[in-house]
Amino acid sequence: MTKSHIKVTINGKTVEALVEPRTLLIHFLREQQNLTGAHIGCDTGHCGACTVDMDEMSVKSCMTFAVQAHGASITTIEGVANADGTLSALQEGFRMMHGLQCGYCTPGMILRAHRLLQENPNPTEDEIRNGIAGNLCRCTGYVNIVKAIQYAAAKINGTPFQEAAE
Amino acid sequence: MNEQVKIDIDRAERTEKLQGMGCKRKRVEDIRFTQGKGSYVDDLKLPGMLFGDFVRSPHAHARIVSIDTTRAKALPGVIAVLTAADLKPLGLHYMPTLAGDVQAVLAEEKVLFQNQEVAFVIAEDRYIASDATELVDVVYEALPCIVDPFKAMLPDAPILREDIKDKMIGAHGPRKHPNHIFEWQIGDKQATDEVFAHADVTIKEMLVDHRTHPSPLETCQSVASFDKVKGELTLWGTFQAPHVIRTVVSLISGLPEHKIHVIAPDIGGGFGNKVGAYAGYVCSVVGSIVLGVPVKWVEDRMENLSTTSFARDYHMTTELAATKEGKILGMRVHVLADHGAFDACADPSKWPAGFMNICTGSYDIPVAHLAVDGVYTNKASGGVAYRCSFRVTEAVFAIERAIEVLAQKLGMDAAELRIKNFIKAEQFPYHSALGWEYDSGDYHTAMKKAMDAIGYTALRAEQAEKREAFKRGETRELMGIGISFFTEIVGAGPAKNCDILGIAMFDSAEIRIHPTGSVIARMGTKSQGQGHETTYAQIIATELGIPADDIMIEEGNTDTAPYGLGTYGSRSTPVAGAATAVAARKIKAKAQMIAAHMLEVHEGDLEWDIDRFRVKGLPEKFKTMKEIAWSAYNAPPPNLEPGLEAVNYYEPPNMTYPFGAYFCVMDIDVDTGVAKTRRFYALDDCGTRINPMIIEGQVHGGLTEAFACAMGQEIRYDEMGNVMGASFMDFFLPTAVETPKWETDFTVTPSPHHPIGAKGVGESPHVGGVPCFSNAVNDAYAFLDAGHIQMPHDAWRLWKVGERLGLHG
Repeated sequence: MTKSHIKVTINGKTVEALVEPRTLLIHFLREQQNLTGAHIGCDTGHCGACTVDMDEMSVKSCMTFAVQAHGASITTIEGVANADGTLSALQEGFRMMHGLQCGYCTPGMILRAHRLLQENPNPTEDEIRNGIAGNLCRCTGYVNIVKAIQYAAAKINGTPFQEAAE
Repeated sequence: MNEQVKIDIDRAERTEKLQGMGCKRKRVEDIRFTQGKGSYVDDLKLPGMLFGDFVRSPHAHARIVSIDTTRAKALPGVIAVLTAADLKPLGLHYMPTLAGDVQAVLAEEKVLFQNQEVAFVIAEDRYIASDATELVDVVYEALPCIVDPFKAMLPDAPILREDIKDKMIGAHGPRKHPNHIFEWQIGDKQATDEVFAHADVTIKEMLVDHRTHPSPLETCQSVASFDKVKGELTLWGTFQAPHVIRTVVSLISGLPEHKIHVIAPDIGGGFGNKVGAYAGYVCSVVGSIVLGVPVKWVEDRMENLSTTSFARDYHMTTELAATKEGKILGMRVHVLADHGAFDACADPSKWPAGFMNICTGSYDIPVAHLAVDGVYTNKASGGVAYRCSFRVTEAVFAIERAIEVLAQKLGMDAAELRIKNFIKAEQFPYHSALGWEYDSGDYHTAMKKAMDAIGYTALRAEQAEKREAFKRGETRELMGIGISFFTEIVGAGPAKNCDILGIAMFDSAEIRIHPTGSVIARMGTKSQGQGHETTYAQIIATELGIPADDIMIEEGNTDTAPYGLGTYGSRSTPVAGAATAVAARKIKAKAQMIAAHMLEVHEGDLEWDIDRFRVKGLPEKFKTMKEIAWSAYNAPPPNLEPGLEAVNYYEPPNMTYPFGAYFCVMDIDVDTGVAKTRRFYALDDCGTRINPMIIEGQVHGGLTEAFACAMGQEIRYDEMGNVMGASFMDFFLPTAVETPKWETDFTVTPSPHHPIGAKGVGESPHVGGVPCFSNAVNDAYAFLDAGHIQMPHDAWRLWKVGERLGLHG
C-alpha cells in the first residue's frame, strides 16, 4: 500500500513518518512512536481509552487516521507530567483521590480532564460528569475521578480543595 | 512532657512511618499508571513479532462443508493460516475446560455459536491479518439452533455436541439428554418438600439472572514466543491465574512445565473474564511453536463480548415456605443453567454450579433443597464469576428477591422480615441447610446501622404519601426502596472441597528481606486493578515493622512467584493475604532468635514493639528489624542459617463470609420508564480492613457494575442465535452521567480463622448491589400488583411495565 508522509508534533517534538492511509492514529502512536500510554478499549469510539489531545481538542485516536494528524500538535499522557518530571496536578489528583484502579482508562481520562479544565477551569460536579461522559471506566464508579479532577482544578487555580463529605 | 506521653508519641510516629494495615496508603501502582507507563500485553513489541486474527462463524449452528485458505495465503504479508486440520494431528483442535468438558480451539466439523473461531490467520501486521480473515472461504450448511435453554432438552431438539453425543456420563454424573451437561443437587429434598406441603404461606417465582459479560476495558490478549533452540515458551497474557495457565499449557502442549514461562503483566481489569483459557491463547502458542517467532493475539471488543466468557444466564425457580408470622421454614430452588456451546464455567472442579448453595443467604432457614440442570445451547460458552465468587451473585439475587416477594405476600415490611429471619450473632459459626459453615457475622448490628443511616422509617412514610399522590393523579413518579442484605462466600478454598484441575486452591507468598532491611515479596495471585502492590506491603509492614515504602510486591511472573491459584472470587486477601501474614510470622520468629543473640538475652525475654524486638522491662534495649536483617546476613547466631526469608503456601481452613446491608432509593418516571437513583447506601463488613481507601474504591466499582447489570447490561440473542449488541453501542456500560453517587459505610466483624481477620471485599458490592437495584425497581411498582419484574430494568422495559399495567392512559 502506498504510504503517505506526515509531519506531526507530539509532546513538543516534531516527527516525520510514512504511514499507510488507513493507519489509525492510535496504532501510529503506539506502534510507530512507542507511546503506549493511550490504549484501545472498544474500537468503536465509545470508551475513550485512546483519547489524546490534538490541536487543543480531545480526540479519540482510534477514530482518527494518522494522516489526519498531519501538521497537528498532539499531547499524549507521556507529555503531561511537569517539566521537572513531577506529576502534574491532574496526575497527582488521580493518585491522591484514588481515581484509578487498573489504570487502563487513566491516560485517556487524564487527557480528557486536561482539555476539560482548559475549557472550563472551575467546573461544577455536573460539568465534570458530562465532560468526561465520553470516557468509560470499569473500576472506579467515577466518584473518585470527579474528586481527582476537582483536586486538580483547585491546585491549578490556587484555591483550597475541600473533599466533599459523604 | 511526661515520660509516658513521649513514649506514646514515639510509638505513634513509628507506627505511622510503617504505612501498615488500616491506613489509607496511596497506591504504588499509580505512579506508573498516571504517566502512561503501565505495561499491558498489547504494549509488548518483540523483534519479528507476527499478529494473529480469527476467522469467525457467522452462524450459530452450522456444518462446515469446506474451508479454503488459498486466497488468504496468497495475500502478501500473510505467513500462515491455521485450521482444525492443522491442529488435529497435534491433538490441539480441542482443549480441556476448567469444568471437565472440552472446547473447540478451531471448529472442526461444526460451529456451535456465532463468532466461534474457525481459522487463525498469522500475518506481518494486524491490518494484513484482518484483511486476510476476509479471504478465507468457508462453506457452511446452516442447522437449526437452540437459543432458549428451556427447549434444549425437548425430545426433538437438535443435538448440539456431536463430539460427545454418546457420552451419557459427563464430568459431573449422568446426562439426561445429549444437550444436558449435568444435574447437581444438594440439601434434604424430602424434608423440604414436607415443609412446603404444610406451610402457612409459600411463594414461587421464576427469577432470571440474565446473560451478561464482565467486559473489562482491556480485552483478552496474549503474546507467545517459542525459542526453538532452547525448547522454551514464554507466554505473556491477560491471566488472572498465570500459574494455572502454565499448567494448562504444559498439559495440552506436552512442553515440560519448567520450560514454560508465563507472565501476566499489568492487567486492565478482569472481573472474571480473564480466568479461563481461550482459543486465542492456544493459537498464539501454536503459531509461535510452528513458526519460531513471537505471535501476538489481541481480541477486539466485539470478539470479547461475543466469545470469551459470558456470565449468569441462570433461570431460577425460587420458592420459600413460611409461617404466617413470617418465620421462614424452608427454601426450594431449581436452576436451569444455560452454559452455551461448551461447559467452560470457571468453577472449582467439584462445583458445577459454583457456590450456588449459598442461596439460603443471611437467614436461618432450617431446610432447603437446590437442584441445578446445566444445558448446552448455541451461544458462547462460559458462565464465569463476573465480579463475584462462583455463582454467588445468582444465589444472592435469588434469596434477596424471593424474600421481598414473600414480604409482599405476608403484607410485612421487607426489612422487618429480614431481621426476623437473620442468623443471630451467637449462632456463628453457623451451619447452613445447604452445607456451609459461616465463619462470623453480626447481621442485626449492621442492619440497624444501615437503617438508621438511610432513615428507613421516614423513607417508607414518604413512599406511602407518594403512592397516595400517584393514585390521586398528582404525580407520575413512583418511588422504590431497595434493600439487600447479602452474605458472600469467598476465599476459595479448603483443599477438601476446592481444586482447579486437581490442584488444591491454596495460595502463596514468598518474602525475602535484604541485608539493608528492604523487602521483595512475591505472591501467587495477580492484581487486575485491586492494588495488591500497595496492600500486601501494608500487611508485611505491620507484621514485620518495615515501612511499606521499603517493600516491593511482585506478581504475575511464574518463574519467580510461588505457585498460586490466582485472583478471582475475592480470594487474594483471604488466601494469599493469609499466606503473606504467615510467611511474615515465620520471618519474625527467626528475627526474634537473631535479636536474642544480638542482645545476649533469651528469646523469651524479648517482646515485639511495632518495628523492633525489645527486652521486656528494658525498652531502651532493642534491635530494630533493619538491624536484625543486617545481622541475619552478617553474623547469624551459631547453628542458624544466614538469610531472612520465608515462603508460605496457605490452605485456608474455611471460606470467609463477608456481608453487608445495602439500601437504594429510586424514583421512576412511569411515562418514560427512566429510573433515577436518588440515594445508594452500602454498608460492608469485610472483617479487618487493610486499606480503607482501596476498600471504598472497590465498593464504588462493584456498585457501578451492579448498577449496569441490573439496569440495562445484557448479552441478548435473537432466535437465529445472532448475538445482539456485541459492542459498546448496545452493551450498557454506565458513564459518569448515569452512574449514581455512592455512600459507603462499614462494620468490622473479623474472620476468626484468618491470620489477620480479613475477609475480602472486591465483589461484595456487585453481589449485594444487583438485587438491591432490582428490589428498588420492583418495590416501586409493587403497590400496583405488577408481579416480579425481570432484569435488566432499562427504560424501555420499564416503560413496557407501565404499558402492561395500563398506567399510560
